[in-house]
Amino acid sequence: MKKITVALAGNPNSGKTSIFNMLTGARQHVGNYPGVTVEKKEGLCKHGDYEITFVDLPGTYSLSAYSIEELVARNFVIDQRPDVVVDVIDSSNIERNLYLATQLIEMNVPLVLAFNMSDIAEQRGLSFDIDQLSRLLKAPIVHTVGNKAKGKDELLEAVREIVERHRERHPHIVHYGDEIEEEIAKVGLLIAEKEPKLAVKYGKRWLALKLIETDSDIAERVESRDVLDAAEASTEHLRSIFSDEPEIVIADRRYGFISGACQETIKSTVESRHSASDMIDAVVTNRILGLPIFLLLMYLVFFLTFKIGQYPMGWLEWFFEWAGAAIAGLWPVGSESAIKSLLVDGVIGGVGGVIVFLPNILLLFAAIALLEDSGYMARAAFIMDRIMHKIGLHGKSFIPMLIGFGCSIPAIMGTRILENKRNRFTTIMVIPLMSCGARLTIYMLIIPAFFADKVLLRTGIFTIRTQALMLWMIYLIGIVLAVVCAKVLRLTLFKGETTPFVMELPPYRMPTGKSICIHMWHRGWMYLRKAGTIILGIAIILWVAMSYPKPPAESLRGLNAEQRQQAALKYSVVGRVGSAMEPAIKPLGFDWKIGTALVGAMAAKEVFVSQLGIVYAVGDVEKGAHSLRRQLQDNYSALTGFCIMLFCLISAPCVATIVMTKQETNSWAWAAFQFLALTAMAYVITLAVFQIGSLITG
Amino acid sequence: MGEKHVRPLSMVRVGETVKLVKVNAGRGLNSRLAAMGLVANTELTVLSNSHPGPFVVTVKESKVMLGRGMAHKIMVV
Repeated sequence: MKKITVALAGNPNSGKTSIFNMLTGARQHVGNYPGVTVEKKEGLCKHGDYEITFVDLPGTYSLSAYSIEELVARNFVIDQRPDVVVDVIDSSNIERNLYLATQLIEMNVPLVLAFNMSDIAEQRGLSFDIDQLSRLLKAPIVHTVGNKAKGKDELLEAVREIVERHRERHPHIVHYGDEIEEEIAKVGLLIAEKEPKLAVKYGKRWLALKLIETDSDIAERVESRDVLDAAEASTEHLRSIFSDEPEIVIADRRYGFISGACQETIKSTVESRHSASDMIDAVVTNRILGLPIFLLLMYLVFFLTFKIGQYPMGWLEWFFEWAGAAIAGLWPVGSESAIKSLLVDGVIGGVGGVIVFLPNILLLFAAIALLEDSGYMARAAFIMDRIMHKIGLHGKSFIPMLIGFGCSIPAIMGTRILENKRNRFTTIMVIPLMSCGARLTIYMLIIPAFFADKVLLRTGIFTIRTQALMLWMIYLIGIVLAVVCAKVLRLTLFKGETTPFVMELPPYRMPTGKSICIHMWHRGWMYLRKAGTIILGIAIILWVAMSYPKPPAESLRGLNAEQRQQAALKYSVVGRVGSAMEPAIKPLGFDWKIGTALVGAMAAKEVFVSQLGIVYAVGDVEKGAHSLRRQLQDNYSALTGFCIMLFCLISAPCVATIVMTKQETNSWAWAAFQFLALTAMAYVITLAVFQIGSLITG
Repeated sequence: MGEKHVRPLSMVRVGETVKLVKVNAGRGLNSRLAAMGLVANTELTVLSNSHPGPFVVTVKESKVMLGRGMAHKIMVV
């Protein structure tokens, strides 16, 4: 078995992912390129006596040093030296797609061109003289239809042939005109003389070309001052001749070469191109209809993720309850065993707490895959851009933020639809400010406890009631804070020009079930493997902190079950931390009981409610909600009630969210920043509200 | 016929087809636009120009959406 590595390159929307899926099926591994948050997908495929590792490079239009994706793709090709590069090309959009191909050819890599979606090209009346085009481009061409799994064997065969037959290379494919060629030759000679190692590794012509294009990443690799000076002089000279950046002139010439090659080899019989897509676009990006259609689709995404998701979630919860009860049944009734408690409350509770998010994540990613594969995602960005741009975010940021109202975990994973790191990180940081479903349980406990449901305003169509208004207000506060924070982050930590908004609107396509399934499977597995294990670990640590140390047996004598629970919690680490916090949270109107519940709520926000139930010794909160509310009324003012909601909304996200942020930003530092910054903000805002509120209410 | 005057893409009406002359922008943006096919002499057809929203043009065989600010920087005839 011979092992080889093949890199898949291609434009966004060229169907590269479908080719990758066709080649590797579900045998894929998703990770990150070292040091950056660009996703790296690898997959295995056997062909003859070859074991081929396919690496799916980020989709790019070019291989310059202007974006991380392009840099990552290029550095993989020049530094990892894959045995073959397959460039996936959208056959119905040849000219633009060949731009990347010319750059790969110039990099002197063994190249195979996959003319993908050749069925669509055929429908559009395009016919190719493949042999001639292949001669002009000096690379074999294979027709493929990725989403119908056509052309797989031919592609693998072409890869094998390239590996076995030592082909002569033709980096000198585009002639850039005498002026530029002269400079390339001049700088190239100097490189061969001064930087012989680099010249062998990357090729002197390519290096010279990149230096003349003033490519900063390549310039950093060159040590010889002479070479850099010569390249700079050449660039300056060319700039004065063309009165334009040499880089742009070079791009021009590449397109010139491509259109020459295409004119000779491609025949088009049909004139109309995007007809079906144009018709759909006329409706969904319509000035008046666009936004309502978008909102409707977003509602469906949310509905699918959470409303449909609640059924499998319910089954999972039921299953874990059953498993817990079954294991608890192994011990005699009424016995207190540390191992039983660890297994039932710690391990099973923890695993259940991890798995319970899985249906949401799978369903959300099914919806995202549908939106992306069909081509609608780009339109969604188009429609939301005007609004989102004002707060310095991308149109697509809207989707993860919306999902945040259900749960931050899938929402943070969902930020993967954003290519730009600044946009993505800003979105991740503010997602916890969207009131998630778990916080709703807190609001539902507090609001009825402190706010009588009076009718504030009654009109013919609607009535405004106090409780609904309160709930609406707390959600709104979260949204406003998210907008403000996003804006502030974009002006400070994630400063930098809002990425110039250029985006392709790909033609609409029918998504395939296979690609959606693979997408779901990946995300689900990634969540369980990467985040799930850490979340589980922390959940067990928190369980220990809530259960230990145990109070001495004699202090529990004469207490009923609820009082015993209360005493145990107060005696535990969490209870002690809660009590120790009291001086710090007193100015917010909170006492140690609320403090203890807040610490417990780190595990998951809804735990706040059950913890409060325990410290007030009311037993099962579901049955005792009424008595817990009465306890709250007796002990706190409505202002404190409001402050509890405010603090729970803004403060420390739950551990699962923190772990997810770490996972998606690839750094504990960002996770810590999110945790500390949100908690500090919660403290300051709640403090201000409570202090000012106390002054007003006396 | 006399040469038509150079104007920014943002002035072009929906349905009109124009030729790109130059992009008055920084190098990064220029290079990105070039990679997407927006180089001199490329024909662009304006599909959508709904003020103040983004701008949609066809470039070669694809539809590309541009921010309005960018459409001001792209000079066409």
